[in-house]
Amino acid sequence: MKAIVVENIIKRYKAQKVEVTALDGISLSVDQGEIFGIIGPDGAGKTSLFRILTTLLLADSGYATVDGFDVVKDYKKIRRKVGYMPGRFSLYPDLTVQENLEFFAAIFNTTIKENYELIKEIYSQIEPFKDRRAGQLSGGMKQKLALSCALIHKPSVLFLDEPTTGVDAVSRKEFWEMLHRLKVQGITILVSTAYMDEATLCDRVGLIQKGILLSVNTPKGVISAFRSSLWAIRANEMYALMETIKADPAVKSCYPFGQYHHVTFNKKEQIEEHLNRIVKNGSFTGVEMFPIQANIEDCFMALMSN
Amino acid sequence: MRTLKFLLRKELLQIFRDPAIFKILFIMPMVQLLILPLAADYEVKNINLGVVDHDRSAYSRKMVDKIISSGYFRLRDYSSTYAQGLKAIEQDKTDLLLEIPTQFERRLIKENESEILISVNAINGVKAGLGAAYIQGILQDYNMEIRMQWIQDLRFNRIPVIQVVPANWYNPNMNYRMFMVPGILVMLVTMIGSSFASNNIVREKEMGTIEQINVSPIKKAQFIVGKLVPFWILAITVLTMGLILARLVYGIIPLGHYVTIYIFATVYLVAILGLGLLLSTYAQTQQQSMLVSFFITMIFNLLSGLYTPIESMPAWAQMITWFNPVSYFIEVMRMVMLKGSGLADIRYHIFAMIGFALFFNGWAILNYRKRSG
Repeated sequence: MKAIVVENIIKRYKAQKVEVTALDGISLSVDQGEIFGIIGPDGAGKTSLFRILTTLLLADSGYATVDGFDVVKDYKKIRRKVGYMPGRFSLYPDLTVQENLEFFAAIFNTTIKENYELIKEIYSQIEPFKDRRAGQLSGGMKQKLALSCALIHKPSVLFLDEPTTGVDAVSRKEFWEMLHRLKVQGITILVSTAYMDEATLCDRVGLIQKGILLSVNTPKGVISAFRSSLWAIRANEMYALMETIKADPAVKSCYPFGQYHHVTFNKKEQIEEHLNRIVKNGSFTGVEMFPIQANIEDCFMALMSN
Repeated sequence: MRTLKFLLRKELLQIFRDPAIFKILFIMPMVQLLILPLAADYEVKNINLGVVDHDRSAYSRKMVDKIISSGYFRLRDYSSTYAQGLKAIEQDKTDLLLEIPTQFERRLIKENESEILISVNAINGVKAGLGAAYIQGILQDYNMEIRMQWIQDLRFNRIPVIQVVPANWYNPNMNYRMFMVPGILVMLVTMIGSSFASNNIVREKEMGTIEQINVSPIKKAQFIVGKLVPFWILAITVLTMGLILARLVYGIIPLGHYVTIYIFATVYLVAILGLGLLLSTYAQTQQQSMLVSFFITMIFNLLSGLYTPIESMPAWAQMITWFNPVSYFIEVMRMVMLKGSGLADIRYHIFAMIGFALFFNGWAILNYRKRSG
């Protein structure tokens, strides 16, 4: 049985007579015990999809099941089975860490003791601060507490809506390590993020843009599907370099990436010569260029520009 | 049950942890109860009187003396012409001008009648009306006195005189506070019931915590009861403190039973909390819910009979007061406190309140959705 099945879900919002399509016929399925990443820019429809799957929002049309239960008919059963961590910190800031956890355990009809094993690893990190009010925790600690609260009733499916947005790099890394340990325990995780580098940490990723699912693949599959050859180039005059490259008709795309610009071409041959020509005409200094292996971000950039 | 216990515990923890709420909840009502009943007094005193006495006779002086000695008036202006006297009104020095014509005394004795003119500054309607009424009363009294002087040798009074002696039932001393304090107490309990409860739920919406609750298997009824009970406890506590204060400070001891008041208050609060709940299902921000509940409680209070008697309102406004739960509680409070009414006397009020409770809560539960469309 699939943990999550989504079939042709459509959701439209009316905002001042203008209709906005948040989800335009999304279909996907997630296996049990899989970490499935939904990657997409802000406003792509990620949160709408999460709210539909957690039974908080009704879709206009389409069909979806979570853990085998229909999101419309069996919403009560789903609510017992899923853990949801919204994008915004939404625990009680005026209750302490422990009180928050106790409260969420209680409304799911369980106790901290009963499922302590599951959250032990995460909760033990914030346990020294258990008498501190949740509003006074640091960003990373808030995330850990929110994850503990979402896990306290031992859900079979975990929905994490942008859990790492606004969290520092170290905490982000830690957070993903925790997700992998949860996966080992058999929990299915649907996670959304706007950070493309986190895609490689998922088992499979779906790229979503403007309510449309562009591709679903394993991170390796996404990379191997990248057909064009990719070059990295730098010069002392970075901005002018980009302008010049973009002006060339043979260039497919050029975007800044760390210290380099990444360039793809519409053709496959004689790329080095072509680039050399562009650089010579523009009299750039300190030029450096070499072909590189595409990483997942390059793949997404290519997919999104199509 | 366990879930409900935790919901209540969480709610009470949050309330007691917020020092501002705690202060507002307890200090504000106490201050209001100590200040409002003393200040908001219907009896108009210290009316500034201007006199234009063209006669300057013994009778006219005696009449002015009588007016001043009543205690309601202060002589502020003594002008020689009407125009000057009116000027004093214009300058707000006086509220009321009494003009005594020339030959007032003479005509009174010779022709057995005389006229005087009273001009009232009617900007403050209550003051003008009451001031004019007081002075008329005093003048009538004065009139009677001089007639009695002239005809006292007669065995039978030639002029029939009806003397009215009022007996103030239920509030023999016409103590204004006996009347106001219970009313103000109702107003306070209403404010806590409606605004605090609705703001509390809307706050969960704003913080996003309601999403976490909606996604849990918790039942609608559990959530709503979990919200109603803490505020019910708070409002009853404030009511108790108010009743204690009324007893200690104002010496107001209800003629009826405290139990009657509490039984009614219990039903009343379920209705008012239901109203707060209903507001919260519509409002998206605390600002919205604050403004709307402020608007509603203001209308409820002004149309409740607390300040102006319902019977003197126009017919359409009286119809509105039937749909105003506050007016029922104020009436019940006064009935129990001053008249000593029991449960049997207020049964229709209780039925009406049960109706309100079912209506507001029913609507709120129908309108509260754990998911949106």
